[in-house]
Amino acid sequence: MGENHAPVFIANLVSRNRSERIWKNLLQISTLIGIIFLIVLLLNIINQSFGYVAIGYRVPPAKLVGPGQTLENLDIPQLAGILRQRVSPGLLKQLENDTPLEQFSQVNLVNLVMAKIAKPEVVKTWSFWQSLSMREEIKQEVGQLPETRLVFFSWVRPDLVSNSQSSNPLIAGVRTALLGSLWIILIAIMVAFPLGVGTAIYLEEYAGDNHISKVIRTNINNLAGVPSIIYGMLGLAVFVRNLAQLTSGAWLGFSSPETANGRTIVSAGLTLALLVLPLIIINAREAIKSVPDTLRQASYGIGATRWQTIWHHVLPNSIPGILTGTILAISRALGESAPLVVIGASTYITVDPANVFSRFTALPIQIYQWTSRPQAEFRNLAAGAILVLLTLLLSINAAAIVLRNRYKRY
Amino acid sequence: MDTFITGKIDVKHVSIYYGKFRAVKDVTISIPDHKITALIGPSGCGKSTLLRSLNRMNDLIPSSHIEGSITFHGMDIYERSVDPVEVRRHIGMVFQKPNPFPRSIYENVAWGARINGFQQRLGHPSLDEWVEICLIKAALWDEVKDKLRSSGLSLSGGQQQRLCIARAIATRPEVILMDEPASALDPIATLRIEELMRELAAEFTIVVVTHNMQQAARVSDYTAFLTMDHDRSGILVEHGNTPQIFTNPVDSRTEGYITGRFG
Amino acid sequence: MIPSQTKLIDEKVTSQLLKKRNRLGERFIESTLVFCGFISIFITLGIVFELGKEALPFFSSTDFKLIKFLTGTTWQPQIKLFGVLPLVMATLTTTVIALLIAIPFGIGIAIYLSEYASVKLRSTIKPTLEILAGIPTVVYGYFALSFVTPFLRVLFGKDVVEIYNTASAGIVMGILILPLIASMSEDALAAVPRSLREAAYGLGATKIETTYRVVIPAAISGLAAAIIVGISRAIGETMIVALAAGAGPKFTFNPFQGAETMTGHIVRVSGGDLSYDSIDYNSLFGISLLLFFMTLSLNMLSQWVVRKLSEVK
Ligand SMILES: Nc1ncnc2c1ncn2[C@@H]1O[C@H](COP(=O)(O)OP(=O)(O)OP(=O)(O)O)[C@@H](O)[C@H]1O
Ligand SMILES: [Mg+2]
Repeated sequence: MGENHAPVFIANLVSRNRSERIWKNLLQISTLIGIIFLIVLLLNIINQSFGYVAIGYRVPPAKLVGPGQTLENLDIPQLAGILRQRVSPGLLKQLENDTPLEQFSQVNLVNLVMAKIAKPEVVKTWSFWQSLSMREEIKQEVGQLPETRLVFFSWVRPDLVSNSQSSNPLIAGVRTALLGSLWIILIAIMVAFPLGVGTAIYLEEYAGDNHISKVIRTNINNLAGVPSIIYGMLGLAVFVRNLAQLTSGAWLGFSSPETANGRTIVSAGLTLALLVLPLIIINAREAIKSVPDTLRQASYGIGATRWQTIWHHVLPNSIPGILTGTILAISRALGESAPLVVIGASTYITVDPANVFSRFTALPIQIYQWTSRPQAEFRNLAAGAILVLLTLLLSINAAAIVLRNRYKRY
Repeated sequence: MDTFITGKIDVKHVSIYYGKFRAVKDVTISIPDHKITALIGPSGCGKSTLLRSLNRMNDLIPSSHIEGSITFHGMDIYERSVDPVEVRRHIGMVFQKPNPFPRSIYENVAWGARINGFQQRLGHPSLDEWVEICLIKAALWDEVKDKLRSSGLSLSGGQQQRLCIARAIATRPEVILMDEPASALDPIATLRIEELMRELAAEFTIVVVTHNMQQAARVSDYTAFLTMDHDRSGILVEHGNTPQIFTNPVDSRTEGYITGRFG
Repeated sequence: MIPSQTKLIDEKVTSQLLKKRNRLGERFIESTLVFCGFISIFITLGIVFELGKEALPFFSSTDFKLIKFLTGTTWQPQIKLFGVLPLVMATLTTTVIALLIAIPFGIGIAIYLSEYASVKLRSTIKPTLEILAGIPTVVYGYFALSFVTPFLRVLFGKDVVEIYNTASAGIVMGILILPLIASMSEDALAAVPRSLREAAYGLGATKIETTYRVVIPAAISGLAAAIIVGISRAIGETMIVALAAGAGPKFTFNPFQGAETMTGHIVRVSGGDLSYDSIDYNSLFGISLLLFFMTLSLNMLSQWVVRKLSEVK
């Protein structure tokens, strides 16, 4: 109150600095935890993808061959003999439909013996970590089981990619699902790319700042936030049900009782096209926006029309950005499963898709189905399939990064 | 019916708006044929706006609109039946910052000719020859004749600007509009552009916006001085022979601006 | 002053000179592009119209009462009990758990990255977050089921935590939306002008004081938008809950029990062979419509928040 008194300050820097340190540590820890999440997630999948598997046989291979021999070093007549002896006449007839067994390759015959007679099946699986840390216990446990072999198994292996779906996890693969994914993405991109780039060109080069274009812009942002499962429901109502005549291929004479309901690759592709459209539009707009205006002016200034300007100057200079966005859309479509489940992905198909009117499954769908099975070995299989999916995604994204860096012109 | 006109381009009572803001107010000016007309004036007075309205480049700014009339060969270029693309073909433009296309030098010149319907005819230049002619006219040929396939962006700033001039004349315009064509260049490159403008005046009508008084005095035949009114819209103060404007201006505002600059 | 350059010109010639060309190709392309522009509108209308159309038999059936729909605690379309609350409750439970994880960690990471981390550190952490954001959700679902759930069961006991439970799904969903919230928040914080921070430092404020008193208030609209978008994403998330949260609608507040969210229900029921025009089929569209409007209003809210609060600034 007195004019002569100066205000009083307490030296509080020590405590302030202490709280500064505490907070900094807290923030650091939260960042660290974020990274740990990622590491744990990946480790968990790797942990499930490799490990010991105890394999039992319906008929152990050792019983089929003489002592000291293995199936692999038998010759063709011996293998054919085993098959003739053990396989039912009906199946034999089916097998020898084209050529007699003696003309099969040796590898083929070994596989046949394994699949038709020995019939290996998973007794128990262990994770990678368990396989390392409890090696002796596992060996002991399996040693007590009769006719059971312990192998260290990698669930990601070439067979996983090249084999079709099977109820036996030891030979099940993602081939059908992978092909399905490729078909679906191909259709989705073929539809969404021209539409998306067209929309972006319209918004950036033709539409001014009027009401309609503002509505369209807001609408696209909103569409980007619509949950993917809603697109699935839209696809179910429109492509699967209303347009069943078209999407089942009936109009082209492809109609089969299985696909007559429109639960086909086309429907899946079109549904995902709608899903990734906003993504492509938004990225293409950014790319087009980044082309400097001086370039457009130069073009208009020498009497080019709007489309000549766009085609010869705007698009060539924004194509890296547009393609980067498209690649992101591809990886989004590759990982999407909910809408595909909704429009009716098949639960079990073993034949490659023949055309766009085939029934479909996709890689993430396969993962979903294997994960939701109660048996542990299917979890392992799912982990292997996840590694395939993540590898694909990683290479796609690496391509995007390379593209982005290669063509940085402006 | 025949009509009497006074210049190549006649601007009559032109006002140009950006939204509600009037950037140029009631300008009337005639651009004489085969001469260089310089537009000078303080920053923001609407020189670029006026210049860009002469070949309808301002149409590309959605908020802008124009009142009054601008005639080219007596034809109102803002009339409904007129194609802005055609206008720009006949009235070309060179910009402040050199802006070659990110393509080869050859393509930079050839593209404009090609899209405007360049035809290969016996007894007439082929496209290659035409590119050469334009580059010679733009005083660039000797420097680039060995690297026509390399990117236009690989040239120096001054060379890039001459490439832009070559690109502009390749569509055979009658008028070339230049918006501060040398302001991004060093003094030597500036001098070359100025020489080039004098040479081009033999064949083309040139309108140039410049901030550089000496440049206006050196290159132009006529000078128009614009300034800002109280409401910040640009008005034309005075227009006449360059020597007369610079030595004996009628309006005190012109004199103030010029002497202020000359110090 | 200016020499009269008056000369005669022939208007016929000049009017030909600049005449409008009939650029058919140009006009065709333009109309194609306009059509493209309107596609997105059609999609939105399509969603509302188609979902509405298919849901109509459900909403208009004699057994349907709006009050019962919104307040009933049993969802059993087969016996005409249409209380959507069990599904909504499960959605809310997973969402709240997800936010409890994603908001503190997401915003913490954002603050650390924008205020503390060196350029080099940031350039390694940001891509890490992007990778996390790019992993398909089915993989997260796998993670929930094969890691988080067993972990919770070890931690709290097998008799407390069921094999399928909303806690596990919620936690993993939190990890899923964490990168989204972190990167949106980081953008918002990075947009705060340097001068504002310098003003605070100039008054002797420490870094954390500057952050809490100056930077966060200035970026609050962006942070709010990030959280809202995170909520919307969590509500619409499907595969995690489909795998880990449990099958069968159940009205429960216990996160260690299994319960089915709206999205989980749609996936499970539609995944089976669903016959058109059954009450199951139509009710799915009813739920979808509800879901669509929930997420739509959240997304619009977030855009509005950004616009409104940036006007104030
Ligand atoms: N695209 C635009 N939108 C809105 N206003 C504009 C636009 N371009 C120019 N203006 C305004 O019009 C007025 C005249 O601008 P203009 O660019 O023609 O001036 P100038 O004389 O060329 O200036 P300078 O010498 O700085 O280039 C200025 O007030 C400017 O702010
Ligand atoms: Mg200017």
